[in-house]
Amino acid sequence: MNFNLNDEQRQLDDLLRRFVSKDYGFEQRHTILRSEAGFSRDIWQALADLGVLALNVPEDHGGLNAGPVETMIVMQALGRGLVLEPVAASAVVATHALREVATLEQQAEWLPALAAGERIAVLAHEESAADGDVNRVATTARRDGDGWVLDGHKPVVMHAAAADELLVSARTSGQPGDAQGVSLFRVPAGTPGLTLRSLPTVDGQRAADVKLQGVRLPASARIGAEGGAAEGIQLAQDRGLAALMADALGAMESVFDATVDYLKTRQQFGQPIGRFQALQHRAADMVLHLEQARSMTILATLRGTQGPAAERARILSAAKVTLGQAARFIGQNAVQLHGGMGMTDELALSHGFKRLVAFELRGGETDEHLARFAALSRAAA
Amino acid sequence: MDLDLTPEDLAFRDEVRAFVRAKLPEAIRRKVTHGLHLTRDEHVQWQRILHERGWGGPGWPKEHGGPGWTPTQQYIFEEECAAAGAPRLIPFGIKMVAPVIMAFGSPEQQKRFLPRILSAEDWWCQGYSEPGSGSDLASLKTKAVRDGDHYVVNGQKTWTTLGQHADWIFCLVRTDAQAKPQRGISFLLIDMKSPGITVRPIITLDGAHEVNEVWFEDVRVPVENLVGEENQGWTYAKFLLGHERANIAGIGIAKRELSRIKRVAGERKKGGRPLIEDPLFAARIAQVEIDLMALEITNLRVLSAESEKRAPGPAASILKVKGTEIQQALSELLLLAAGTDALLWDAAALKGELPPAGEPGADTPLAAAYLNLRKLSIFGGSNEIQKNIVAQTILQL
Repeated sequence: MNFNLNDEQRQLDDLLRRFVSKDYGFEQRHTILRSEAGFSRDIWQALADLGVLALNVPEDHGGLNAGPVETMIVMQALGRGLVLEPVAASAVVATHALREVATLEQQAEWLPALAAGERIAVLAHEESAADGDVNRVATTARRDGDGWVLDGHKPVVMHAAAADELLVSARTSGQPGDAQGVSLFRVPAGTPGLTLRSLPTVDGQRAADVKLQGVRLPASARIGAEGGAAEGIQLAQDRGLAALMADALGAMESVFDATVDYLKTRQQFGQPIGRFQALQHRAADMVLHLEQARSMTILATLRGTQGPAAERARILSAAKVTLGQAARFIGQNAVQLHGGMGMTDELALSHGFKRLVAFELRGGETDEHLARFAALSRAAA
Repeated sequence: MDLDLTPEDLAFRDEVRAFVRAKLPEAIRRKVTHGLHLTRDEHVQWQRILHERGWGGPGWPKEHGGPGWTPTQQYIFEEECAAAGAPRLIPFGIKMVAPVIMAFGSPEQQKRFLPRILSAEDWWCQGYSEPGSGSDLASLKTKAVRDGDHYVVNGQKTWTTLGQHADWIFCLVRTDAQAKPQRGISFLLIDMKSPGITVRPIITLDGAHEVNEVWFEDVRVPVENLVGEENQGWTYAKFLLGHERANIAGIGIAKRELSRIKRVAGERKKGGRPLIEDPLFAARIAQVEIDLMALEITNLRVLSAESEKRAPGPAASILKVKGTEIQQALSELLLLAAGTDALLWDAAALKGELPPAGEPGADTPLAAAYLNLRKLSIFGGSNEIQKNIVAQTILQL
């Protein structure tokens, strides 16, 4: 048992924290936030230069082949800066989806460009009726001569408009819910029949409503074997959920730190407001939530990203409940303790709060995970 | 970073598990798992079983007759004992006064007191709180006045847990009324058989006799029973509190209670199916189980910092607050799980699950744990005091 980072991990942590404080200040972020795309290709290239986009790529394909702890470190640091670039979507979820599902030849062809930051890939998998069931895919792919034709609807795909290629799950056989029959396809941006309606999310990131209407693809667009993609997609999503939680932990740290600073500097009744016990106890309760969230991020990172699917799901659900509740408590109280200033758009704080609101709604909300945990715990007993 | 126990720790866990399974008397196990109070003899019996194996002082170093375990081993030991239904070790001797005597006591005191703590020949109780000094402990008034080779002690202590069984009491007493409150306190060891000591029971809301008032009237205490230096008692008291909180999270006990609730809720039917399958009840259990999972990792993080000699410090306050919240939540769930069965004071005895009337524990209600465990957020520094510590020590507010 060991909770320490090794030397290389500490260096990575330092590197990312420096990057966020130096190159991702509030003003820089605001410019990116207000831009058309909602993210910056320059920042993307800088992240590639730092090695962030290569972390989960095997060494054979130009990557660093690091582990889940490195992903946690990076995501936590990026979360502190409320970074808008689709790092988890491309460098964690899509990268792992390719590693798990694609043939070695396909990996050799596609992964180096992701690791180098030349291309961005995003998984478009979940559908409105899925409720967390990886097999509930209604989007279809039917054979057409040598190729495939895809039809379906993927709502609220985070960062889809940023992607040079979407990795789209579709049924090549069976019915929604069947354990077999889900395949994965590589759909380049701009393919005829693919329409994206990109909208800002509550926290200013971008998500798109993705429609596929008669999208014709060559045979080579199918990723890996036919019909057996679900397991790999699940694993990639699980790793993405762990990364999302590390990102949220970072965001919680940043709003918490800002709040403690404010309590020490804001004067009322002739003294810093942090002297008042009513506020001290709120702050102490925030510490409890933060430490529990930190513990569960570690557990999700180490035990939610590998091992049998049911146990991963149980761990991740427990973590998402803890993090979701912590995000709400810390976010709401950070605003409350800032008083009127907490309500303003001009402080980074309100942007951190909105990031945490978005986190609660992503990857399955708290009650959904509470119910899933209860069911899985009973099954495991 | 990894969460796995080392092969050595795994082997240690198996060894403890096998030992407790083989040696824990069934009658004691039954009482513990039903939440009943044990007799003095039963506590002593278990302490002696552990002592015979060399495990009487789990946190003790080898030089004083302890096993010299790492913090992780101590954690595993407590976890295994709790899971198997072993009684918690009575902390006042083993975990409280002993570390103070080891750190600040004279060699004579160490030789005289420590072996008798390990072998349960002496039962210790704690003389800290007074009627006017709870959270504001430093305001305590029980005074000790030097008279030749003795101190003469007058005053009153309260909330003295299991003082009715005690052979000795360690007391904070005022030896300098002029100094600042923290500077005039000394740490005194007092024989409970001394003339002038009166112990009066306080019956708590669950009907139990667990705590007492202890009165001192011209009690003569030999000066060799002073620990360390006169007027330095506050320093020793703070040292002791650090030890008291080190295993405060109560993870093992909480896990055992969680299984008990699942068992009770699995047996009780509601609307034709087991209560545990009711979505609302299942969600309540899941919430506490998740909080407990998180706290276990938090506890291990604190232990790990401790192993590297980074002091646990105020992190113990986090464990205390969260650990007691979870144990209290579990006691509420047990009430909900039992439903109207918990309404009857003596329902369990009615069903023949517990000892017949007249035997110790027979009059313990099913709701006893719920009633009794209100104390958790009050004792050992109330949870509000703990939050003050978090705010002021960790956050520097």
